[in-house]
Formats: sequence, C-alpha cells, structure tokens
Amino acid sequence: MPTLTTPLAEVASSTSTLRAFLHGLPGVDRVGADARAAMLGTRSIKTTAKKQAIDLAIRMVDLTTLEGADTPGKVRAMCAKAVRPDPTDATVPPVAAVCVYPDLVPTAVQALAGSGVKVASVATAFPSGRSSLEVKVAETGLAVAAGASEIDMVIDRGAFLAGDYLKVYEEIAAVKAACGPAGGAHDEPGAHLKVILETGELATYDNVRRASWLAMIAGADFIKTSTGKVSPAATLPVTLVMLEAVRDFLRTTGRKVGVKPAGGIRTTKDAIKYLVLVNETAGPDWLDPDWFRLGASSLLNDLLMQRQKMATGRYAGPDYFTLD
Amino acid sequence: MFEYAPAPESRDIVDIKPSYGLFINGEWVEPQSEERHKTVNPATEEVLSEIVWAGEADVDRAVEAARKAFATWSAVPGSERAKYIFRIARIIQERSRELAVLESLDNGKPIRESRDVDLPLVAAHFFYYAGWADKLSYAGFGPDPRPLGVAGQVIPWNFPLLMLAWKIAPALACGNTVVLKPAETTPLTALAFAEICRQADLPPGVVNIVTGAGETGSALVRHPGVDKVAFTGSTEVGRLIARSVAGSRKKLTLELGGKAANIVFEDAAVDQAVEGIVNGIFFNQGHVCCAGSRLLVQESVAEEVLDALKRRLATLRMGDPLDKNTDIGAINSAAQLAKIRELSEAGESEGAERWSPPCPIPDRGFWFPPTVFTGVAQSHRIAREEIFGPVLSVLTFRTPAEAIEKANNTPYGLSAGVWTEKGSLMLWAASRLRAGVVWSNTFNRFDPASPFGGFKESGYGREGGRHGLEAYLAV
Repeated sequence: MPTLTTPLAEVASSTSTLRAFLHGLPGVDRVGADARAAMLGTRSIKTTAKKQAIDLAIRMVDLTTLEGADTPGKVRAMCAKAVRPDPTDATVPPVAAVCVYPDLVPTAVQALAGSGVKVASVATAFPSGRSSLEVKVAETGLAVAAGASEIDMVIDRGAFLAGDYLKVYEEIAAVKAACGPAGGAHDEPGAHLKVILETGELATYDNVRRASWLAMIAGADFIKTSTGKVSPAATLPVTLVMLEAVRDFLRTTGRKVGVKPAGGIRTTKDAIKYLVLVNETAGPDWLDPDWFRLGASSLLNDLLMQRQKMATGRYAGPDYFTLD
Repeated sequence: MFEYAPAPESRDIVDIKPSYGLFINGEWVEPQSEERHKTVNPATEEVLSEIVWAGEADVDRAVEAARKAFATWSAVPGSERAKYIFRIARIIQERSRELAVLESLDNGKPIRESRDVDLPLVAAHFFYYAGWADKLSYAGFGPDPRPLGVAGQVIPWNFPLLMLAWKIAPALACGNTVVLKPAETTPLTALAFAEICRQADLPPGVVNIVTGAGETGSALVRHPGVDKVAFTGSTEVGRLIARSVAGSRKKLTLELGGKAANIVFEDAAVDQAVEGIVNGIFFNQGHVCCAGSRLLVQESVAEEVLDALKRRLATLRMGDPLDKNTDIGAINSAAQLAKIRELSEAGESEGAERWSPPCPIPDRGFWFPPTVFTGVAQSHRIAREEIFGPVLSVLTFRTPAEAIEKANNTPYGLSAGVWTEKGSLMLWAASRLRAGVVWSNTFNRFDPASPFGGFKESGYGREGGRHGLEAYLAV
C-alpha cells in the first residue's frame, strides 16, 4: 500500500496509538453544542448581508443527483443548470460542482467542459461503503480516470463503530492515493478527496469529532457530513463540531481542510445559518467554495427565488425557476 | 468578510409615556412626593421617561391599599387565584415582543437576551406558580398553609421584569398582596406590568408598584404594615435591610451578591466549556448576581482554554441593544460603569494582566468591553469583590481539592459551575461547593421549578420551585 506523509500520520502507526489519540481528543457536550448551534441560528441576516450570503451560497453548492434512475439526459440537464442557474439573470454565479455517480462522470465532464464547474463523483460503494478495499480503490480510480476532480468517499462506519479505527484510516489513505499523484496539499493536482462520515450513523458528537480527525489525519481534503441517504443528514450542531475540528486541525498541523454539510439543506434560511456557523466557528477564511460546500439539490431554486425577491421585491412562482 | 448588516428590532411597538405616576389600588395615582427623575436608555443616554421617587406618604398609601386587598384576596380560593395568574402569564406571552423591546431600551441588555431568555422565563415563572395556587396543601407545609399578608418587595435593575416575576408570582399564588419597588434606573417594565394587572382584571390593591430609589425602598421595608420583605440586590443594602427588620415580625428573604467560581477541569469538553465561560460572565454584560466571574481553570489546560476563550471573545458583537445580532449591550448606568472601571483599574495596579478583544465602543452611552484578567491571585480585589460587569478573573489550580478550596474561599456562595466529562468528579465537586446553585457543564441556566438562593453573604431564603413557596407562607 502506498504510504502518504500527512501531518500526525505517526499516530496511525498502530491500532493502539490511533485509538489513544482519538480518545484523547476533548469530548463534546451535546447539550452545549446544540445550544451554541441554536444560538447562532438566531442571527438575523438582512439586506446587504443577505444578498452577499445568497451569492456565496450559490457558489458553494455541490448540485447533486444520486438516484438509481439517473440518466445521461438528467445529468446533462443538471449540468446546464449548474453553469447558468438562472437563465434570465446572467449575474447569478455558477455553482461550485456537480456531484454524480461514477458511471455518469464522463457525461458530466463533457457537459461542463470549460465552464469552471467541477465534477465530483461519489465512490467507494456509496452510500453504504460495504465492499472490499480493492473495489473501493478501483471505483475511485475509474472516477478519477473519467475526469472527476473531486471524489466523495464514504467511510466504513461498521469498522468505525467496532473500534477498528486503523481499518478506516487505511481505507481513506488508500482512496486518497487512488485520487491522484500528489495527494495532500490542497492546490496540488490530483482529485480532491471529500470524506463522508455519515454522521447520522455515527450518532454521537464524540464520534463525529473522532471521525473528523481520523479522516483529516488520513489525508482528507474535505470532511463531509452525510450521504443524504440516511436520516438525520446534515445538522447545524454536527457541522459545528466538524468546523471546530478543521479549525483545531489547522492550528495543530498547519493544514487546512474544508467542510461540506450535505442532505436536508433546502432553504435559503438554512443555508445562511450554515454560513453564520462557518463565520463564527472556523472563521471567515472558510467562507469560500474552496473550503466550504453545501451538498444539495432543491436548495438552489430557493436561493434563486430569494435572490430574485431581493432584487425585485416580489416573489415569482415556482414555474419561473427551472426544474433542473 | 461576511459583515452582518444592521438588523434592529423596531421600537415602534412600545408606547412609553412622558411621565408615570404610581400604581396603587389598581389606579394610576398622583404622588405626594414631588421628586421626579428621568430614566434613560443607557445605550444612548436618551431620556425615555420621567418617574416619581415615592416618599413615605406614597409608600404608606400603597401598603394600606395592599392591606385592604389582602382581606379579600387571601379569601379567594386557590383555583380562582390561579386563573388570574395564568391570565397574567398569557398576557405576558402575547405582549412579549413589546416587553422585550422595552426591557432592552431601559436596561441596555441585548434584544436577543430579553427576547430569548428574560421574557420566556418571566412567563414560565407565572405559569409555574399559577399551578401551585390550588395545590398548596400538598406542598409539604401542612394541610392548609396561610399567606403572610403584605409583601414589600425591592428588586434590582439587572433583570427588571424577571426579578419582578420571581417576587410577584409566588406571592400571589400563596394569597399575599404586594407592594413592589423596581430599581430607579429600570422602572419601565414594572410600570408596563401594572397595566397587565389591569388587563388581567386583577382585583385592585393586590399588586401595587411604587417607583423610587433607596429612600423609597427603605420606607417600604421599614413600613409597619408590611409582613414580608423580599430583596434582591447588593450585599451592602441587604445588610441594611436585615438590620431594619430585625426584631420585627417580618419574614425576610435576601438574594444578594456573588463571586461565583466556574471550574474547568482538564478533561472538560473544551469548546462547550468556553461557551459556558462566555455565558457565565458576559451574559447580560456580567450584570448577574450569579455570574461566573472567577474562572478556575486547571493549570494543565489553562493555556489551551484561554487561547480558545480569547478567540471566541473576538467574535462577540457589542453595540445597539436593539440589534438582533448584538451579544453585548450597554452597562446599565454611569454609576455602575464607574464601579466597573474602578475595580478593573485596581486589577491592573495589583498586577493582573488585562486583555480585551478589539472592540469599537459607541460614542454615546455607557459601555465597557469584555475584559479578561489573567494572572489573578486569590488576594486580588478582582478575585474577591463583586464587579457586576463584563470582567472575568482567571485563576488556576492544580488538583481538584485545590479547586474546591479556592472556589469556596469567598464570602459569597450563590452559584458555581463545574466542567468535566467525568461524572464521579462532577458529583464529588458539586457536593463540596458551598453555593446555592451548582451548574454541571452549563452556566446561568434558570428554570422556575428550580430553587435559587445563596450561602453566606449571598443571602438567605430560596426563590423558585416548591422551596420558593415557603417564603410567602406562614410556616
């Protein structure tokens, strides 16, 4: 297996050192974390700040379709929307990326060529992750070879919950290696690796914090909350805990990692709450599509609707925004 | 950068009269006292209204009204008294936005706190005690506990309407009548409450509100027609009151100052502990008798906790109390600001290191930035005296035993906080802290069902919960 030099990699030299490290992280008090997230949810973002937030949120969207019924036609339509979210208004920025299954990566790459919108692919037996490492690595390789510049992998939650942290670590490291040449630093070539923790299955905030550190140590460029296939998906407190983790990881190792809540973010109001959370937890340095993404599909139209409302003072009906 | 645009709550919802009389026997009456003073918005120094400083004759009239009303009110069945109190609670909920704006205008506290903390607790307190009114026989004070008579109540300026609720709700539930004096800098919500009593058709004389300063309060607690005195405020004034009622039949409860220790053990959940430290001392600009004004942090994690705390404090937003994004409002008065400054200067001259985040201070009004003193010794004035402002004194300890020793080494004993992920250490610490309230992995959380009160110079008697009934019953 290829070895990577990532900060703190030495703690993964054995099961016991990795376990000792992860269990040595400060705990998370659920009541306090929930209260902090709820308090930040009361911030009132109006007028100029709201305009700014809506455009930023649009630029952060990973427009996603992950259905068994996905077809090249569906993906091409979504890509068109990603590049030009509102055909009536050229000032609306494109989204950050589209996110599809590996077999549809070539379609998306072709549709998005030259647009600046990135192609992200889920991989590693998404969403359950229940397959062998060989299959996961091979699937990652296929997606990268097809032109995906971002890989959204899932961790082995079973191994994590069973306490086999080293297995989770080794899988992430192997997938990271399969992402491309350099691996590691954020602006070097190779696909960016987003590691999906599936926090709805990890259940406790202590687990979320440990899984976040585990993923970052193993080389994640982004840590992502959820597949969107498990409820609860992204929540504010879980994202708070992950933002604290990337903030602390940067301070400890000097390496900056991004965060992506995904699933269940449907309204502009929700999206703005996440931006406030970023601003007041990890800090304004993370308020950039390079470091924060929103995994969503229906959110985009609500952002467009609110954006138009701010410009015209009136709400247009849903038929004035394209389906995909 | 993501700058939040101003998001002010509208003040159009409040209707402040240019001047107020006294609320006696269900009516607004002209006072005999000719002393009138202005109440100002501490965030702008704008004059909000003019109030009376009631004299002895006015207080006498109010107590007489309360005495007269007691005869009938105490005979009203508990189930009927409950209806009035439930009605008051509902009106408070219906008018909560208005009352929150009024509180923030008069007091200087951020609207986020008056809206999300003060007003919900005020309504909850009335709801809670309304529920007790017809169940007093089952409260553990005998089969038919009787009310005391007229309660003379003097409340502070830090939580004007909430302290009113803490005083009036149990008094009425138990069948007493009330003469209440709000603080001279924050009378407006008490005067709005007088209107609510009328709206609720509360019989005349059951609640009387007399405004004024120390003289008025003194006349009230000394009045021979008063059967029960309840005071929340400084230890200094509490002592005077205790002296003046000594030897009389009056029952007394005092809720006084504090210098609470907020103890952070090395295994604490750091991010939440930092939130708890912030909430402990910067909530309500530190104008909280149970504020966590002494941070006791285990030396092995002191640097990490302080770094995290300072980073967090840099995100606090100080400014217009009516802005929905404001975290830190104005200091309530020029006098209080002077006291905070004096003690902070003493902290510096005694050798502690002073730190504040970069924080623009508005031109007008009374403001003090969030301030942290490190390197504080147990002997420094800022570790012993109540500052009642946004000033945190940080001390360190090495072992759990030392933490408890330092935490208890104060003349006060109102509250304490303990932060640890270890249940056994939590219980060990809580059972050794001499404080009326010990918060476990939280701070400044209140609930009407939970009794509140102090040890030592923090006062005596309990408010809230079943225990809070005792102060208003002849037991």
